[in-house]
Amino acid sequence: MKIYADHAATTAMSEAAIEAMTRCMREEYGNPSSLYRIGQEAKEMLEKAREEIASVIHAEPREICFTSGGSEADNQAIRSAALAGKKRGKNHIISTAFEHHAVLHTLDQLKAEGFEVTLLDVHENGVIRPEEAEAAIRPETCLVTVMYANNEIGTIQPIREIGEICRKHGVLFHTDAVQAAGPVPIDVQAENIDYLSASAHKFHGPKGVGFLYARKGVPLIPLINGGAQERGKRGGTENLPGIVGMAAALKETAAEREAENARLKELRDRLIAGLKEIPHSALNGDAEKRLPGNVSFCFEGIEGESLLLLLDEKGISASSGSACTSGSLDPSHVLLAIGRVHDVAHGSLRLTLGRENTREDVDYMIAAVKDVVAYLRSFSPVWRDLQSGKTAYIL
Amino acid sequence: MALYSEKVMDHFLHPRNVGVIEDANAIGEVGNAKCGDIMKMYLKIEDDIVQDVKFETFGCGSAIASSSMATEMIKGKPLSEVKNLTNKAVTEALDGLPAHKIHCSVLAEEAIQSALEDYRRRQENGESAKKQ
Repeated sequence: MKIYADHAATTAMSEAAIEAMTRCMREEYGNPSSLYRIGQEAKEMLEKAREEIASVIHAEPREICFTSGGSEADNQAIRSAALAGKKRGKNHIISTAFEHHAVLHTLDQLKAEGFEVTLLDVHENGVIRPEEAEAAIRPETCLVTVMYANNEIGTIQPIREIGEICRKHGVLFHTDAVQAAGPVPIDVQAENIDYLSASAHKFHGPKGVGFLYARKGVPLIPLINGGAQERGKRGGTENLPGIVGMAAALKETAAEREAENARLKELRDRLIAGLKEIPHSALNGDAEKRLPGNVSFCFEGIEGESLLLLLDEKGISASSGSACTSGSLDPSHVLLAIGRVHDVAHGSLRLTLGRENTREDVDYMIAAVKDVVAYLRSFSPVWRDLQSGKTAYIL
Repeated sequence: MALYSEKVMDHFLHPRNVGVIEDANAIGEVGNAKCGDIMKMYLKIEDDIVQDVKFETFGCGSAIASSSMATEMIKGKPLSEVKNLTNKAVTEALDGLPAHKIHCSVLAEEAIQSALEDYRRRQENGESAKKQ
């Protein structure tokens, strides 16, 4: 049995994307900046991809800037808004404690450059409260950046409400939608989003390509200086095969979204119900406001890396927020942010379901996780102390 | 390339000497749950020889493999040899560990040293009890 259950890390490429890219690589090698025919054909392909992507998120084509992926888009959006703010004496940014490192590390750099950053509480359920975002806004706030859905625990944030608040206060609003673009229907108009980051490989497109939506009129500076590509906002010849593959993948994902989400939610809830039967375990993040494929758990008395290795032996590809899987001594900042203590955060498991997963996979995974957790607990001194009453259970 | 050597995976998937010795006369426990690693070693020492050894570990794959390898390396050995066991020897016996996992082998060394200290303490207490 081979089960891929790490769709939040990356996804298998869709046939539609592979076909579109193969055709592009075979037939359209022209440079979109060249004026002769094959260059202009490539340009047409590029603009068609831009239109397709824009229409999925209810944007205008000129508001889409192609990047190397989500991290670059995050960096560019935050840097652009911060620089514009600084020029007007505004040096305060609001974000959350459980953003992706592409956001948090950019904010760290800005702090070193004199910015002040407020990180909103994400609470025990992993969902921020819009009223707390509003309360944090000051006259000198130039940007609010809140992820659309969390990459580890899958919780979906009240983006529409935050967008409305930011618009009301005249503050720019960025959302890292790397996990959401694909499974979540996004409408940048209705949700008052000024900047949005997305990455193709999370929705069955190729790696190394993504896009930044930047609303018409918002500040946008290039991180890569060069030619006039992307309206001068991103130098370098466009990754045309990647962009074409991304557009094909997003179009397909959007078309299948409704039916696929219903199917995934059923599988997700079955998996959650099965894993809940393991004593002294807990689901991480809100049970309702979460991505259709995300299951994140903590199991007391065991460590995540050994759990992953044993699941891998059983053919299951999964992920964990344990320190040992990150190469640092601290467990995931996301789990700490929702109030999981270190001892428990080390025993975390993330299973993210996608297109290829079946009910049979889910049942196999429930049985496998139960086995492995029981096995690891059988020789865990932490579990022994919990069982004997020497220490108290946390979960 | 795999994350771990074949030796590490063998000891992780088939750990030797797992469990508890009820009448152990030397017990060592090191690490803490906050950092994600705890090792507990149970030794049965007779005539200055480690007659039996078992371990319990909460930790990653290399922590479990290091515990397993370390117990194999001291089982049946005289204390004069056991006290000189180093983390380096454990790492080498496992055909190496990734750089950020070396601390797992250090824990194995420390768990054994801690058990030996426990043994010495018990000996002293036992002897003073006899004198009284």
